[in-house]
Amino acid sequence: MSMPFYVAPEQQMKDRADYARKGIARGRSVVVLHFADGILFVAENRSQALHKVSEIYDRIAFAAVGRYNEFENLRQLGIRYADLRGYSYDRTDVTGRGLANTYAQILGTIFSSGGDKPYEVEIVVAELGAEPGLDQIYRLTYDGSVADEANFAVMGGSADVIAEVVSRGFSLGLNLADAAQLAVQALSSDGGPNAAPRVLGVEALEVAVLDRNRAMPRKFRRIKGDRLASLLADGPEPPGDNGGEERRQKSAT
Amino acid sequence: MSDGRQVVELTSEFFRFGSSSFTEFVSRVAPDVLPSSRAASAGIADLTPHGTTIVAATFPGGVVVAGDRRATMGNIIAQRDIEKVFAADEFSIIGIAGAAGIAVELVGLFQVELEHYEKIEGAPLSLVGKANRLATMIRLNLGLAMQGLVVVPLFAGWDEASGEGRIFSYDATGGRYEEHAYFSVGSGSVFARGSLKKLYRPDFDLNEAAMAVIQALYDAADDDSATGGPDLTRKIFPVVLAATGDGVQRISDEQTTDLIAELMASRTERPDGPGAPLA
Repeated sequence: MSMPFYVAPEQQMKDRADYARKGIARGRSVVVLHFADGILFVAENRSQALHKVSEIYDRIAFAAVGRYNEFENLRQLGIRYADLRGYSYDRTDVTGRGLANTYAQILGTIFSSGGDKPYEVEIVVAELGAEPGLDQIYRLTYDGSVADEANFAVMGGSADVIAEVVSRGFSLGLNLADAAQLAVQALSSDGGPNAAPRVLGVEALEVAVLDRNRAMPRKFRRIKGDRLASLLADGPEPPGDNGGEERRQKSAT
Repeated sequence: MSDGRQVVELTSEFFRFGSSSFTEFVSRVAPDVLPSSRAASAGIADLTPHGTTIVAATFPGGVVVAGDRRATMGNIIAQRDIEKVFAADEFSIIGIAGAAGIAVELVGLFQVELEHYEKIEGAPLSLVGKANRLATMIRLNLGLAMQGLVVVPLFAGWDEASGEGRIFSYDATGGRYEEHAYFSVGSGSVFARGSLKKLYRPDFDLNEAAMAVIQALYDAADDDSATGGPDLTRKIFPVVLAATGDGVQRISDEQTTDLIAELMASRTERPDGPGAPLA
């Protein structure tokens, strides 16, 4: 029987962190930012079926990068957690802070436990507050640490370069079209300031908002197809935002 | 599981549970929060108020569902402004008659069930899928129904696939039946259905369909003591919801008030309501 090698705990944690970081850096990025009427999510995602951005609860949404099966697990867990909590108590008792805490516990436990490999994911939990100043963007990394982001969050490969572009163009109270264009511009400049930006069409983007002006309690909606194209082409978003239209789009795809 | 932390304790079910059903999930992790977790014993039927009449009618653009506002306990009016018709999700409506305590909880569970499925799967259930899901939930209540806590829902909604409004009725055992044109459940349903039989026309618009179900509720209240008529002094009028291609909308209080005023004016002339031609 062979003796296992001694590995210093510092080294062990560093190896695990490197492993997780490498996994995350391979994927395309997601930008989450505040805009005048809520919170905008823009992801580079060529799949129509496998979402990186998703609704968790009335005013809470989720965005993730990294390994799909791992963040999908976390997404479903979040929905179960939120729905059970809302059903047992009240819909107003489901908070983004509570959910972010829960995710932090899970990711932290998995990261530091000896057996499992760490999750190669980074996630954002964003919550619409009662008024614009109270909107929250929580960013969680693979080791369970939580950052409360002030204006925007960028995750995934080349996050630093993209965040640089976003921070240059960001100001409080951007309208939806400006915020979406800024996010897309940032995502397409992931080659760095010296490379020509890539072209990201509607089919390569997944865009969703938590929209404070939505009449229903569920504030999450996806923007896609013609609607997204006209938003990025500087036109106003076509009128007629209601669940019905989106639902028809959804069932048509 | 009395304290709050335990209700949301993260067991392995949260990670690995394979179903998109909220009810199935909760029955594993926190069964005590489900309506069916009540201990069933004889005689508990008298402990909860009874909700009464629900009426639904289709029209070419969708379907309307209306409910009176009365809940009774024996000969007592337990509540005069109870609401028994709810949006189940953006395209469907559920109305309930029977044991009010359980019925209201069941509606809450059904709403979460539909939303949960939609969020987990990324797409909503079909209308028939929703109707079947409700049948399963009624079936889980059978033990309580045997003790007298019967819940009889009426489910209606806009079917995206076929582009029409559809109505489904249920029995206490979870049997599901599709109804055509119009239907009613609850203690006054016999009178409401008789009324609609004479009033219904397949070419109604939304406003006419709303008027027809309000007329039917008036006729039910006329002959059934457990169904409440329009309360003119307190301005408590039936709840009317419509499901169309644009989603579910509640007919506004102003609109309902107008319809009731029109109805009262014509009933003052002819208390038995509009007459149908003999041949």
